[in-house]
Amino acid sequence: MKKAAPAYWLLLLLTCAFTLGTVLQPRTTLWSPRAEAGSLLKVMLGDGRSLFADFFARKADISFHSGYYPSIFDQAEAPKDTRHMTSVDPDEADGHSDHDHEAATTTGEPHKEAAHEDHDDAHEQAMNFLGPPRDIFERFGRRFMITEHAHLEGGDAREILPWLKVAADLDPHRIETYTVASYWLRNRLKKPAEAEKFLREGLKENPDSYEILAELGAVYYQNLKETARARNVWELALKKWDVQESGKKEPDTLGRVQILDHLALLEETEGNYSAALDYLKKAQPLSPSPQAIQRQIDELSAKVK
Amino acid sequence: MKTIFALSGVVIKELYRRKDFYVLFVLTALITLVLGAVNFFNDDRIVRYLKEVCLLLIWVSSLVIAIGTTARQIPAERENRTIFPLLAKPVSRWQVILGKFFGCWFACGLSLVLFYVFFLLLSGTREHQWPLLQYVQTFALHWALLGIVVSLVLLGSIVFAAPSSNATISFIVVLGILFVGRHLNTVALQQPEPLNSIIYTIYFLIPHLEWFDVRDLVIYGQHLVGWGDCLLAIAYAAVYSTFVLAAAWVAFRRKALNL
Repeated sequence: MKKAAPAYWLLLLLTCAFTLGTVLQPRTTLWSPRAEAGSLLKVMLGDGRSLFADFFARKADISFHSGYYPSIFDQAEAPKDTRHMTSVDPDEADGHSDHDHEAATTTGEPHKEAAHEDHDDAHEQAMNFLGPPRDIFERFGRRFMITEHAHLEGGDAREILPWLKVAADLDPHRIETYTVASYWLRNRLKKPAEAEKFLREGLKENPDSYEILAELGAVYYQNLKETARARNVWELALKKWDVQESGKKEPDTLGRVQILDHLALLEETEGNYSAALDYLKKAQPLSPSPQAIQRQIDELSAKVK
Repeated sequence: MKTIFALSGVVIKELYRRKDFYVLFVLTALITLVLGAVNFFNDDRIVRYLKEVCLLLIWVSSLVIAIGTTARQIPAERENRTIFPLLAKPVSRWQVILGKFFGCWFACGLSLVLFYVFFLLLSGTREHQWPLLQYVQTFALHWALLGIVVSLVLLGSIVFAAPSSNATISFIVVLGILFVGRHLNTVALQQPEPLNSIIYTIYFLIPHLEWFDVRDLVIYGQHLVGWGDCLLAIAYAAVYSTFVLAAAWVAFRRKALNL
């Protein structure tokens, strides 16, 4: 019998491999949840992505501090959350902060300002991690590194965004990545459309997140001037908060107060004083500065009369 | 000096004949350009992430070139038995060490110039700023650091049996110093005696490579390092390299050359 040429055998094997591939490919998606993944990163890293996401979120924080950041040896001093990244610095020269500061004090967010002031002091203290140099080498070495604590200002804030985007891609369930990015996009870079799009992506991954909804409402109200949409979104955020947090031992009261404040402000500007009063009354017992809210209530009550 | 420069010329020719540098340069350029093409929130003025990635790749590439090139110099001469005709020229062992050092160091310098020119063009076109003095300073400090690294690897190539083990140990030591060196005194203070004194002594003895890493100052657009401090750091690198080269010469003088 005449032997087939090796090339024919190779062709036959290739055809078999291709046929088997077409048969197996649809079935592999059922074997492992990782195979369902939409992105390459998800397939490659699996659940390990969240570790990398933390790394990139930290990179954003380092960038926010212009490179002045505690190392692993000073980790006790490292910022524990990202609130300082969205805090308001009244001394900033670009004017936005003054406006935000004024807005916070005059339009129903006095607790927010008080909380921010306390947090800013603690943050300043925590970031003073270097201390005096211990020896001649350390003193000399500091001349080659960043030794002053400063936050990004104005348009420079855009530099944190790539890290936040990567962090969100790696861990889509890291809520604060979306809210922090949105804060900078809408407040400092004047890109509310991009902020909305990014928050929508976050909402798709985290449909029950009241934090994302609260931030989305702020985009509609403060930037896009779409009052009706803002109201709907904030009311939904309030419902989500009630479902998720009300049964907890230590609920996120500040989150609820912020949503209520936003709603009170919206209703007040729309002339619905009694609705605004209702929201403020709900916020008062939870607020860190109830006296300030009481003043707001008094002012509104006078308007209603 | 003529002999030393003749020896170093051979090492430089070897660098451009081998493919290592080209591969690393193309990879650095490719990764950076691909990342530069990524659109983040429709903002084309975001640049620091790109500078950070590019400088990181330049640092990794320069260390790979420095350690890879240096680690194989003396073992290759011994393995090919070209060390015997070389020493019969007559060339002293001290000249071999110096020739190899300058060859590797100049080769690193040449490749570093190309890397930094690429970085300068990239950041300049994106940022529309040309802080040339800062880049010159960064380059000088980086090159001085590579001088220490090359001398350490040269010593390793005499002490360790194979180039692979030398390269691996050198990478670990260099990266260890870059990451931990600055904090050894902090670690020492948290230890009881005699560990405290031992770690503090190591802290003073190791080459402080981290001083030469001023990438953050470039990335975040910070101040220039004082020129006096810069020169002092380069002098420290020169003294440290000389000391290590002297140690390498002592070890090489006693080394049997036949395998």
